[in-house]
Amino acid sequence: MEFLLSIFVESVFLKNMALSYFLGMCTFLALSKKIDAAIGLGIAVIVVLTITVPVNNLIYTYLLSEGALAWAGYPEVDLSFLGLISYIGVIAAIVQIMEMVLDRYVPALYNALGVFLPLITVNCAILGGALLMVERDYNFAESVVFGAGSGIGWALAIVALAGIREKMKYSDVPEGLQGLGITFITVGLMSLGFMSFGGISL
Amino acid sequence: MKILRKVLDDMEPHFHKGGKYESWFALYEAVDTVFYQPNTVTRTSAHVRDGIDLKRIMILVWACAFPAMFYGMYNLGWQANTILADMAVPPADTWRTTLIGLFAGNDPSSIWDNFIYGAAYFVPIYMVVFFVGAFWEVLFAMKRGHEINEGFFVTSILFALTCPPSLPLWQAALGISFGVVIGKEVFGGTGKNFLNPALTGRAFLFFAYPAYMSGDQVWTAVDGYTGATALSVAAQDGMEALTAQMSWFDAFFGQMQGSIGEVSTLAIMLGGIVLLISGVASLRIVLGVVVGTTLTSLLYGAVGDAGSNPMFAMPFYWHFVVGGFAFGTFFMATDPVSASMTNKGKWFFGGLIGFMVITIRVVNPAFPEGMMLAILFANIFAPLMDHFVVQGNIKRRLARG
Repeated sequence: MEFLLSIFVESVFLKNMALSYFLGMCTFLALSKKIDAAIGLGIAVIVVLTITVPVNNLIYTYLLSEGALAWAGYPEVDLSFLGLISYIGVIAAIVQIMEMVLDRYVPALYNALGVFLPLITVNCAILGGALLMVERDYNFAESVVFGAGSGIGWALAIVALAGIREKMKYSDVPEGLQGLGITFITVGLMSLGFMSFGGISL
Repeated sequence: MKILRKVLDDMEPHFHKGGKYESWFALYEAVDTVFYQPNTVTRTSAHVRDGIDLKRIMILVWACAFPAMFYGMYNLGWQANTILADMAVPPADTWRTTLIGLFAGNDPSSIWDNFIYGAAYFVPIYMVVFFVGAFWEVLFAMKRGHEINEGFFVTSILFALTCPPSLPLWQAALGISFGVVIGKEVFGGTGKNFLNPALTGRAFLFFAYPAYMSGDQVWTAVDGYTGATALSVAAQDGMEALTAQMSWFDAFFGQMQGSIGEVSTLAIMLGGIVLLISGVASLRIVLGVVVGTTLTSLLYGAVGDAGSNPMFAMPFYWHFVVGGFAFGTFFMATDPVSASMTNKGKWFFGGLIGFMVITIRVVNPAFPEGMMLAILFANIFAPLMDHFVVQGNIKRRLARG
């Protein structure tokens, strides 16, 4: 139990997807102008990561990893080279299914998430979550915690950035830096603040 | 004074649009408003509490840092002279020792000698910080047409006071350049940044040149002498080793190694209380930090295993007097620009700093000191706290009808 907790804390703060690994940058920068939109996108990322990372974990353990197909009579087969394409396929499929389910049963949330849901299919934080899960050899329970934790960490980062950018409306940024330029600097300075966790090992 | 006014008035036309020195207007304006209160302050009751100009506020903060600065210089010299007397070797032959030799000796019991020794280390750092920072400030003011702001007085002295005594001068220049340009000016100058500029510059140096900003070599102004700060003693050898070295009151008065201005909690509080009474620093933030620190360290003390990590055993009242806690609480966290603006937000902002500083000091083995990073971390979330407080107020008022 303590081990799961440390994975959670680690993935929210220490190894923050956005501010330590700089994953999911394009949506991170593009959709952080308003806090409300950022919260919507953050929730979407949390949900998708919490579902796709464990599902990909199952696929990896029972289909792709070396010797995983022993139950089908092929103990010598190693399909891990198919990882990348399977994960992205799974992510796309799950996002599609989620969209349909939400549309049918929870239209309020569907409308709130709007265009963000299909967008995060191609968010590299989501694919990164699956790949990091494989690299760190998480089991099923760990991958659930890791998925939720890194989603929450990413959501926290984008909401904080949106807060700063809403405040920065009153700033007087030099012409050449307006828009994305100053946002890059802002994100860099934010990750300076997140360096406070660097060095903690759980 | 009339003569001065006349000189300034005579010069003024040259600095207006079309005048000979048009692009230097910012500089003229700065000099003018240092000597005379500008009459463009808000007088109506629209939104101000009083009609004081921003410059006067900044100068007050600057003056309030003086007790910490003077004590810091004395302490720096006292530490160094005591060690020199113990080692019984003459100080290394540098331009600083030549300078000290001109005015004073190296007797640790003489206040004058200690003070001069400290000044020989602090004043050059401060001069470099001031002039390099002022260069950027004036350059941006001229090019972008905003006023030169006395906020820079504050940034420069705060930055210089958080430096370790043996910091190379070129690094001081680099740090303040980063702090002023990237931390403040790219966002449009004072009041438009979201991180504390002095701490941004210091954090930049801290990560870029860790050997000069942390470790045991840098806290004493004597070449080759290793002296750990109170926090690293406690982190490495436990509380017994620390209490064997100094009592709580030693730490409170500031007889220990550390960054120049952070050592004496008493001297910092002298300036800090003036700031609190005059309302420049927010009491809510300071109390928030104190409450957050106390609760967090009690929590860690209760759940942590002091055998594996001696920092768990450090009681909260020790946390208050070691490291940069006091300096950060009174001078850095209360920066009105980068802190939360709403009253409720200020409590949370302070509480988050308190929580983070103890978390970094206790849980993170990489950094013995956490005040700088805790404040930067809380700065990131300050606008968000304000947003939620404002939203909460709107919802409550809507519900009230």
